Amino acid sequence: MKTSTSLRSLLIAVPVMTLMACSSGPSETELAAERNRVAAEQAAAQQAAQQANQEQVRMEAAQRLQQAQEMAQQERDSLVSMQTIYFDFDRSTIKSDFYSVLDQHATFLVKNSAQTVVIEGHTDSRGTPEYNIALGERRAQAVETYLLNAGVSAAQISVVSFGEEKPAVAGTSEYAFAQSRRAVVVYK
Amino acid sequence: MKKFLASSIFFFAYLAMSVSSSAYAQLNIVITEGVDNATPIAVVPFGWEGEGMLPGAISDVINHDLRRSGRFNPMTMSKMPQFPRDISAVNYQQWVDKGINTIVVGKVKELGNDRYQIDFQLIDTLAGSQLADAPQVLQNGQLVAGQSQLIAGRTLTVTGQDFRQFAHRISDIVYEKLTGQKGAFLTRIAYVVVRDTKTVARPYQLVIADYDGENELALLSSKEPLMSPSWSPDGNKLAYVSFESGKPQIFIQDIYTMSRIKLTDFPGINGAPNFSPDGKQIAMVLSKDGNPDIYIMEIATRKLTRITRHRAIDTEPSWAPNGKELIFSSERGGKPQIYRVNLSNKRIKRLTFEGDMNLGGTITPDGSELVIVNRTNGNYHIARQNLADGAMQVLTTTFLDESPSIAPNGSMIIYSTLHEGTQVLSLVSLDGRFKARLPGVAGQIKAPSWSPFLR
Repeated sequence: MKTSTSLRSLLIAVPVMTLMACSSGPSETELAAERNRVAAEQAAAQQAAQQANQEQVRMEAAQRLQQAQEMAQQERDSLVSMQTIYFDFDRSTIKSDFYSVLDQHATFLVKNSAQTVVIEGHTDSRGTPEYNIALGERRAQAVETYLLNAGVSAAQISVVSFGEEKPAVAGTSEYAFAQSRRAVVVYK
Repeated sequence: MKKFLASSIFFFAYLAMSVSSSAYAQLNIVITEGVDNATPIAVVPFGWEGEGMLPGAISDVINHDLRRSGRFNPMTMSKMPQFPRDISAVNYQQWVDKGINTIVVGKVKELGNDRYQIDFQLIDTLAGSQLADAPQVLQNGQLVAGQSQLIAGRTLTVTGQDFRQFAHRISDIVYEKLTGQKGAFLTRIAYVVVRDTKTVARPYQLVIADYDGENELALLSSKEPLMSPSWSPDGNKLAYVSFESGKPQIFIQDIYTMSRIKLTDFPGINGAPNFSPDGKQIAMVLSKDGNPDIYIMEIATRKLTRITRHRAIDTEPSWAPNGKELIFSSERGGKPQIYRVNLSNKRIKRLTFEGDMNLGGTITPDGSELVIVNRTNGNYHIARQNLADGAMQVLTTTFLDESPSIAPNGSMIIYSTLHEGTQVLSLVSLDGRFKARLPGVAGQIKAPSWSPFLR
C-alpha cells in the first residue's frame, strides 16, 4: 500500500503547490502552455527541417533528372553530330568504321525508348533516279537492321530514301559523290 | 510598191524574230551535232496583209521546229534569193541554184476581230524548175502552178493566240510530207527544276512547257523533292512522286484544272509511276512488302496487282506500246539489267546484256527498239537496242546521262545530263546523228517526260 500512501500525499501536495504557484512562479497552466509552445516550435522546426530535407531531396532529384536530361541532350547532340554513315559506290554494306558510332546511337535509343529516329538513305548522282531511290532505301535499311540487331525497338525507327535528290555536296567530284553516298540518322 | 512590200515583209519578219528569240528565255537550244547531214529547206518569212505588226512569228516557229527535228537545216533569211508569199511568185531556179529543193511560203491576212487567214504552201522547187514551162491550172478560183511542185498547201482561219499552235501544225505537215513520219511539234514536255536549296524556300518545281520550251507553267512548287513525272495518254494529266509530306507519295494532277489526287501512300518507296497505254492503270514501284517490286494499280478502283516478287531491286516499269507487257530494271542477275514481263502469264525474260549495267528502259512507239541508260566502263550514256536482233548502239557522248523519254513519233529522245556541273536537258535523235542541249536559266533541270501527241 506504499504507493497509495504516496499518491495520497501527492494529492494533498498538488493543491498546495498550486496555491504557492500563484505567488511565487509560473502556474501549471503557464508551464503547460510553455511546454506546448516549445513542443509546437520543435514540431514546426522538425517539420521545417523535414520539409527542407524533402525539398532538398526533391531538388536533388530534379537536379539529377535535369542532369540526366542534360546528359541525354548532350549525348543526343553528340550523336547528332555523328549522324551520317558513309557508303562505298553502289554498295549498301556498313563499313566497320561506323560500327562504334551506330553502337552509340543504339545504346542511346535503347536507354531512351520514347526517342524516335528517321533514317534517310541517299546516293550520289550516278545511275538513274529510280534505281538510286532503291539503293538509298537499301542503305537506310542496312542502318535500320544494325540498330535493330543492337536491341533498338522497331517502333523507334522509320526509313525514307531520297535517292540522288538531296546531294550533301553539289557537283561531280569524287569528294562530292563520297559525301552524298550516305545514310543519316535524324532524331525527331 | 512591190519593193516596199518585200522590204516591209523583211522588216516585220526581223522584228518578229527578235521578239521570238527573247521569248526563248526558259529553255534555249544549242545544237551540238547533226546540222551537216540535215536536209536544206527554206521557210520564207510569211507575208502580212494587215495593220501594224504581224501578231505572231509563224515562219520563225516553223524554222525552229524544223531545225530542232534534226532532219532539216533551214536556210537563214539573209541568204534567201527572194521572198515569195505564194507559189505563183516562186522563181524555182533561183532556189535550186542555192541548193534548196523545198521551200515553205505563206501569208497572213487580217480579217478583223482578232481573226486571221493563214495560207501556206510547201513547194518542191526542184520539180518546179524541171517543169518551168508546165501549164498553170485554176484552183479555188486562183491561177496556181501545176500540182507536181505543190507538195502541200492549206488555208486556215485562226485567232491571234493560236498563231504558235498553228505554226507547229504547219511544221507537223511539212515534216510528215517530207519524212513520212508524223511530226511531234504539237507536244509538251514535263520536267523537274531544282533551284538552290539553301536560298530558295520552295526549290523543287514540277514544270510543263511546249516541246520547244515555250509557255512554261509550274504545276507545283515544293520544299521537298519532286520526281518522275509521267504523262497520261490523253496528255491531260501527270503522275508524279512528291516528298512534300517527308516521304514519297504518288499523285495524279490535271494540268488544266490543276486538281490532283493522292494515289498512293504506302510505307517505303512509292515511285516510278507510269500510265498504261489505255490510261486506266498505273505501273509503279512499291517497297511496302520489304524491297522494291513492280505493281500495277487500277486508277478507278485503286486495286493493286503485284507483278514481280524478287528480293533483288525491281524498278523503272515502262509499258510496251501494246499494253500487254512491261519492261523493268532488275538486279536479279547481279547488276541492273532490263527485263520484260508478260502481264498475262507473268513470264520474265532478260533483254539486255551489254556493258556493266542497263537501266531506265522504254520501248519506242513502234515497238521495235529499246531505249536505255547503258553503263559501260563506268560511263552512263543513252543507248538503243534493237528488240529483234539485240544490237545495241550508244547514242550520246555527254556525262551522267539519265531519264530518257521518247517523242511520241519515235524520232527523238529527251534526257537529263550534266553539262559544266549543271543538270540540263538534252536531245538526241534516235539515229544518234542529231544532238542538242537545252540549257535553262536557273537551277538543275531533270526528269524530262515527253507528252503524247496533243490535239
